[in-house]
Amino acid sequence: MAFNPSPGQFKALKAALFVLALLPFLRMAWLVATGVPVDPVEFLTHGSGDWALYLLCATLAVTPLRRLTGWNWVVRLRRMIGLYAFFYALLHFTTFLWFDHAFDVAAMWKDVLKRPFITVGFAAFVLLVPLAATSTNAMIKRLGRNWGRLHKLIYAIAPLAILHYWWMKAGKHNFEQPIVWGSVVAVLLLLRVWWRLRRTRVEKTAQPASVRS
Amino acid sequence: MLIRKNPNGIDLPFPSEITPREVYEGRRAFLARVAAGAVVGSSLWEMANREAFAQGVVQKLPATRNPAFSTNEKQTPFEDATRYNNFYEFGTDKADPAANAHTLRTRPWTVQIEGEVKKPMTLDLDRLVKLAPLEERIYRLRCVEGWSMVIPWVGYSLSNLIRQVEPTSNAKYVEFTSLADKSQMPGVKSRVLEWPYVEGLRMDEAMHPLALLTVGMYGQVLPNQNGAPVRIVVPWKYGFKSAKSIVKIRFLRDQPRTAWNGIAPDEYGFYSNVNPNVDHPRWSQASERRIGEGGLFTPKRKTLMFNGYNEVASLYAGMDLKKFF
Repeated sequence: MAFNPSPGQFKALKAALFVLALLPFLRMAWLVATGVPVDPVEFLTHGSGDWALYLLCATLAVTPLRRLTGWNWVVRLRRMIGLYAFFYALLHFTTFLWFDHAFDVAAMWKDVLKRPFITVGFAAFVLLVPLAATSTNAMIKRLGRNWGRLHKLIYAIAPLAILHYWWMKAGKHNFEQPIVWGSVVAVLLLLRVWWRLRRTRVEKTAQPASVRS
Repeated sequence: MLIRKNPNGIDLPFPSEITPREVYEGRRAFLARVAAGAVVGSSLWEMANREAFAQGVVQKLPATRNPAFSTNEKQTPFEDATRYNNFYEFGTDKADPAANAHTLRTRPWTVQIEGEVKKPMTLDLDRLVKLAPLEERIYRLRCVEGWSMVIPWVGYSLSNLIRQVEPTSNAKYVEFTSLADKSQMPGVKSRVLEWPYVEGLRMDEAMHPLALLTVGMYGQVLPNQNGAPVRIVVPWKYGFKSAKSIVKIRFLRDQPRTAWNGIAPDEYGFYSNVNPNVDHPRWSQASERRIGEGGLFTPKRKTLMFNGYNEVASLYAGMDLKKFF
């Protein structure tokens, strides 16, 4: 029997996850406030970008985890994880616009358009906005079937985020981390492809049988 | 179940049967060394050195300031200049060198000088340091990544050394090779760069009085993470041009293949003069963050041509610096 938390346990789990996902932010804020990082702008840029990526991977891991373990309840944590991914992406973008470009929007656009790795990262961020904006119960109800279609955008966002990371690190020839997280995203996406292929095959072989009966 | 439960305890294996022979014999040898004081002695020495660094107890290196070659801008705090380093031999993170460089042995140390010279020689550190009077020079340092520092270096013009070895007329370039020893430098195991790290200058660049053969900073010997025991500092070029922990200097007819230029020639030119008008493909070089100057809300500074060292401009007269970036 798969683990199935009681409502009380689920509440506690969710609260723990909320605090856990907030800790990286609190840590960064504390360190910057106390003047620990030598280059606070770089520290915030890298830290927020890293955590946006980790949490993107976590949202993508929810469905595989559910299918492999039978823990159906994890899907009820996905909205929070997704919103946290957006929160760190927003922090990443804010650092770029505020601390790196001092709100010089013209200079920011120049950077976004001129440098492919920023273009790609910016695209990933922009695509996250509608997902965050439609995360309320009311929006889920209002959009109906289209809600699911819209949120398939995550399958484009995650590879864009990896490409952004890869290109950024290419400047220093340091691919260790992009390889690790690129593989994580690849496995999480390929699992879905594989499941989809298997399902269509099952449906195809099932069809003649139904015709016969 | 792996744990055998025998009430008599008779067939329980002896530890010597579980542990491979070389390992337990190694332990004995270790204990013997401990008894002899060798291990304790050497680790205490290492700890003392590290302790000395942590406490700021340092080997002083007196030098007279050369005001003609010094800026009066606010110096970067020593703590920042020694905690934020690109020195990939000790890891790719800028905090890695400070954490890992204590394993570097800077004595004995020799620098081999060879190639197109009349007097090739191998100099040990003491001879190298005494070759010319040490000066303190406060230089701006601009990293290709877009940040900068102001550091008081201790050393003398590289030209002093070059004159000693008498380069032939064939010598057109100088190549600097850094130490690449896996046993002292954990980062050398990674394949981020080709090892050893090699940098180079054109002969006239190397002869320019601003090019500094450096053995100290902030009035003390170079901390390991800053390129001990001997490095060069070329203040009008991006920081990676200034090779650290140098073991070999070669004089060449042809332009050497240098570390970053060799693996990514579109991004890192051989010249790599600080130039606000030539962007790195991934970021603008028009401005820089001065480390230790305020925090998140401090506006960036405009980057200056040749990092503000306009006296080198004549070296590049008639050259298209967008092409030869």
